[in-house]
Amino acid sequence: MEDPVSENVESAAVAKAPARTPGELVALVEALIFVSEEPIGTKLLADILGEEKGAIQAAVEQLSAEYVERSSGLQIREIAGGYQIATRPEFHEEIRAFLKTRPSAKLSLASLETLAVIAYKQPVTVPEILEIRGVQSATSIKTLLDKRLIVAKGRKEAVGRPMQYGTSKDFLLQFGLKDLSELPSIEDFEDLAASV
Amino acid sequence: MTEEQEHFSFDFHTERPEIVAAGRDELRVRIGDFAGPLDLLLYLIKQEQANIFDIPIAKITAKYLETIQLMKRLDIAVAADFLVMAATLIEIKSKMLLPRDPKAEDEEIDFDDPRRELVDRLLEYEKFKTAAGMLHERTTIEQATFTRGTLETDENNSEVDATVFDLLTVFQKIVARHIEEVKMEIEREEISLSDMIRALEGRIVEFGEVNLSGFFEEMRSHRELVTAFIAALEIVRSEAVRLVQNKTFGEILLRRA
Repeated sequence: MEDPVSENVESAAVAKAPARTPGELVALVEALIFVSEEPIGTKLLADILGEEKGAIQAAVEQLSAEYVERSSGLQIREIAGGYQIATRPEFHEEIRAFLKTRPSAKLSLASLETLAVIAYKQPVTVPEILEIRGVQSATSIKTLLDKRLIVAKGRKEAVGRPMQYGTSKDFLLQFGLKDLSELPSIEDFEDLAASV
Repeated sequence: MTEEQEHFSFDFHTERPEIVAAGRDELRVRIGDFAGPLDLLLYLIKQEQANIFDIPIAKITAKYLETIQLMKRLDIAVAADFLVMAATLIEIKSKMLLPRDPKAEDEEIDFDDPRRELVDRLLEYEKFKTAAGMLHERTTIEQATFTRGTLETDENNSEVDATVFDLLTVFQKIVARHIEEVKMEIEREEISLSDMIRALEGRIVEFGEVNLSGFFEEMRSHRELVTAFIAALEIVRSEAVRLVQNKTFGEILLRRA
């Protein structure tokens, strides 16, 4: 059976010179973000759709605003250099009940501290971490490596050529960060720490 | 000790390490965990409501020593780093007891305050401790958001499931190789199927995965080889283990499911 409709759809999808209304672009962007396994970046979206990056960003903003406007259970998030559709955190209980999952094991205080030092000081060696934390961090480093939150970043050209560590892409994902620059500056914590 | 159990999961925000006075000389420490000597020190300074820039070193040193003594008694492994800090504190304390050089006695009192280096470290550490709290908050929110479940695509299903026929091919190849080898008849040590299964299971548990042809190749006789093959089939049938072949005609791995 000939189906002219599907033919039209196909030709539209590969169209190089897009003649889309803003609304159509928003819908397309939404569809692509939805199917993407990983956060999908502006550039990739622009390449696939044959649109300018600016248009893509505007579409994402529009989409994001629509979600907020209708108090959707979903949200558009910018994370690890891309966009992602995710549920809103306030529904976590119900979602967990459905998925039958529990929050995964929390990192220990020691591991979190070690991770903080690595995130802010990367690339950083074990002795440098020891210097700041005042305690051996071998176990924490192993935990963080196992959880793939940190990765080895080559050796430092210093005595003993110690291994250096830095954070991974998984770190951005698990801590909901767009990129490392989104981390608040460490100096900001000075005032905070003093006020506690 | 149910109470210890309760505090095993340490909540960054609501639960602070706490020292609970329970009796006259029986202090009890309720510790989620002090993350390190600096952490303990900061805690003690706050407990004493002391000024971090003017630490009452004698008092804090005493408290610190008392606490790690207590930790020892509670069988908490007091790591070397805690002891190093104790030594540092005592050193600072003794330096402060020394009479100051009268010539240097100016209004610049804290010119070479022996506490200064420690204070700097404490302040530096405290920043990262606060940053750790921020990370904790972020991950909590992050864990409360969910993305859709993954779609079944070829990409995320790259492992080709090996079939029994693939298994058989591997088996045959190895049998062929065995035939070519010079046979040395050694006194036969029979290994039963259940022993073989146990051996293979043990290997899988230990290494996470086992290369099947490697395993077959270890077998010394036809009989053992057959037993190994049946063991492999059996173990896959029990479904505790998956057969994985990363590419067509590639090595077959037994992997823990």
